[in-house]
Amino acid sequence: MPLLIRSLNQRGVPLASGKEQVRLLESPNGFPRFEETIAGAGLHPLTGDHITVFQINVGKLCNQTCRHCHVDAGPDREESMSRETAELCMAALARTGIPTVDITGGAPELNPGFRWLVEESRRLGRRVIDRCNLSVLLIPSQADLAAFLARHEVEIIASLPSFSAAQTDAQRGDGVFGKSIEALRLLNALGYGREGSGLTLSLITNPVGAFLPPSQKSQEAHFKSRLAREHGVVFNHLYTITNMPISRFLEFLIESGNYEAYMHRLVAAFNPEAAAGVMCRYTLSVGWDGSLYDCDFNQMLDLPLDHGAPGHIRDFDPDRLHRRRIVTGNHCYGCAAGSGSSCGGTIA
Amino acid sequence: MDTYYHPKDLGHFADMGKGIPALWEKFMAYYGAVFAEGALTEREKALIALAVAHTVQCPYCIDAYTQASLEKGSNLEEMTEAVHVACAIRGGASLVHGVQMRNVAGKISM
Repeated sequence: MPLLIRSLNQRGVPLASGKEQVRLLESPNGFPRFEETIAGAGLHPLTGDHITVFQINVGKLCNQTCRHCHVDAGPDREESMSRETAELCMAALARTGIPTVDITGGAPELNPGFRWLVEESRRLGRRVIDRCNLSVLLIPSQADLAAFLARHEVEIIASLPSFSAAQTDAQRGDGVFGKSIEALRLLNALGYGREGSGLTLSLITNPVGAFLPPSQKSQEAHFKSRLAREHGVVFNHLYTITNMPISRFLEFLIESGNYEAYMHRLVAAFNPEAAAGVMCRYTLSVGWDGSLYDCDFNQMLDLPLDHGAPGHIRDFDPDRLHRRRIVTGNHCYGCAAGSGSSCGGTIA
Repeated sequence: MDTYYHPKDLGHFADMGKGIPALWEKFMAYYGAVFAEGALTEREKALIALAVAHTVQCPYCIDAYTQASLEKGSNLEEMTEAVHVACAIRGGASLVHGVQMRNVAGKISM
């Protein structure tokens, strides 16, 4: 039976609201609040260190509707960054030496301004990351996308939870594994993932369920071996990422009766070393409408920058952003559990 | 007590150290060392533990090593194969003792 997934937004359920998710996460759950836990580790208040990643979420439109999506992205979503906001982003970037531009979504490539953002960021000499769902490369209107990314030496970080078709499709929708392999072969043919090509292809794996991710190092070797042997696919790095207890994954946790156990698992696995290195300390996250956040997860929970930091890209001020106080909540346990989790994989 | 086994009891495993902590500490030190990365990976050791858990039919161990196997990066296909290995050895152990049966029967039969 085909797996039909619709966004929370499309179904109009209460969890579609970030505020409702925060209310649930912050209500008494039988475990200490994240702020208390980081205070115990001498990390409260958590503050920015120095921004090295300028992350732009260009919108929620996506050609897929994955069951665990923290953005609640899907084909029904219409939130999309305008050219005017994209220009504000590039103007802000040009005022800094931030080395990396990380473009995400949704499927960011479906935003009309995506290619302009890539070209401008490269013109400014920055490393550009495209967070790619792979299947977007096979859409007929995107037939030249892979070559465009290669031409601009864009680093691709692509989602592939498992080398098993059943597991990948269980998380990302029927038929996605096959499309992902086809797209990976297309990227390999352009040189992506091959030594010496200068074209970096990394994969991201999220657990397909309510458990923590494996060791990044051992899992990378396992993925490389299986994908090469069974599909002839090569890649450079594997990043393991913890599923955040928000949005559609939060809905899965609640509906499957795993919410309480999963939160306790995250809390029990709290690692001060991972908490000290969380990505929000080095990232500025810009929303599709130009609002500023500490990370993409806070963005989806409607938790904008606070504590006196500017709230919109038009008010961008690096001096007030680099050492800002981070907005935290119980969802942050997800980034601080075990070996830690970030957009670049494990931390500790 | 409405059942001998209760999932929450797994969280009270450390109660076995009460009254005689020295033995518990020695056991846990050994246990931790056994499951650390060595000549075998942590993932391989968790799969072995999962198979053994099914052989000794311990519900706590099955619960713990299902979760551990997933968190070490195994998938359901690999974990199911591991259980079949346990099953094959258990079944094979019964069957190979049939040789003993045949030996005894052969000795006392005409």
